[in-house]
Amino acid sequence: MKKLRRSMLFLPGASAAMLSTAFIYRPDSIMFDLEDAVSLREKDTARILVFHALQHPMYRDIETVVRINQLSTPFGLKDLEAVVRAGVDVVRLPKTDTPEDIFELEAHIGRIEKECGREVGSTKIMAAIESAIGVINAVAIARCSPRLIGIALAAFDYVMDMQTERGDGTELFYARCAVLHAARAAGIDAFDVVYSDINDEAGFLREVELIRKMGFNGKSLINPRQIELLHNAYAPTREDVDYAKRVIAAAEEGERKGLGVISLNGKMIDGPIINHAQVVLERASASGIRR
Amino acid sequence: MKIVKEALAGTVESSDLLVKIAPASELTVIINSEVIKQFGDQIRSVVNETLSALSVTEGLLIIEDKGALDCVIRARVQSAVMRAAQAEEINWETLR
Repeated sequence: MKKLRRSMLFLPGASAAMLSTAFIYRPDSIMFDLEDAVSLREKDTARILVFHALQHPMYRDIETVVRINQLSTPFGLKDLEAVVRAGVDVVRLPKTDTPEDIFELEAHIGRIEKECGREVGSTKIMAAIESAIGVINAVAIARCSPRLIGIALAAFDYVMDMQTERGDGTELFYARCAVLHAARAAGIDAFDVVYSDINDEAGFLREVELIRKMGFNGKSLINPRQIELLHNAYAPTREDVDYAKRVIAAAEEGERKGLGVISLNGKMIDGPIINHAQVVLERASASGIRR
Repeated sequence: MKIVKEALAGTVESSDLLVKIAPASELTVIINSEVIKQFGDQIRSVVNETLSALSVTEGLLIIEDKGALDCVIRARVQSAVMRAAQAEEINWETLR
């Protein structure tokens, strides 16, 4: 089954307490942040802390992601040296504007993998799109490297670049569509923005419902309280699961009988419907039934 | 590594530790911890191993532990030493 990436929990890389406990919340991926969540004076200590957290057995069964600083800063390459050697699963590159940003990153990753004896190609990349030019180049970025497992939209810098502000989602309308289509065209995952008002559960769920229906794989999260809400929203309903089971049963029966065309309750069942039914059952297996 | 100046790393928040380090003619490690009775030997062992791996043979370290995991202790001691030794480049293999 394909790796689920519904929830990607941000953790400040300088917080020993959060790094020591976050695994208990069981997000699909944990993202240690060395960029905006870490002050300039703690960049060095956060890097060493994350280096050790990545190697700790508590994170062995969770996909680990590290948001490094941009390679144009004094910190980016140092971050990369540490996290690739520590065995990070995915490097998240902030402010990706062009495929050249990814080419530069993967050249450094390839060199470090060779130096430390890690399998070349085993470190994956996620590109964060945070600007108008990044959105415009989303298709080229999404298709530029076999290391890319996904692209993520990051809202705060993007809305500033667009000379607007975070609101009801209207401001992200084009960017969400563009990033999602780019990801699908490239066959990689798409991640939506963080929802920063952790006390507004209803607003969070509205946004999750929107991005789930659009087709996003999941969302970056800033608080563990949002994980269960998100996973539940991504779980299929009892009706969805029951229908999917009937579709699969009808398809199997049709195959046994050698029928070219199958129908269920008077509706034709074809390949895409059967595939969707299998996806629903896989989601139920991973996420349970929506409550 | 040679400790050439005073430095701090870490915090006194829960699950963390604060490491203060200063140049000295011999190696002295003072550990204060809320869990010293249960884990004092383990904390000292991790600190000593970490210092040994970094070839630190001289210096005064004062550690205020707030129940940190071993990996956090290792990270904070290493960070304090790197700062106190004014190390610009890190050999990550020695930090494992």
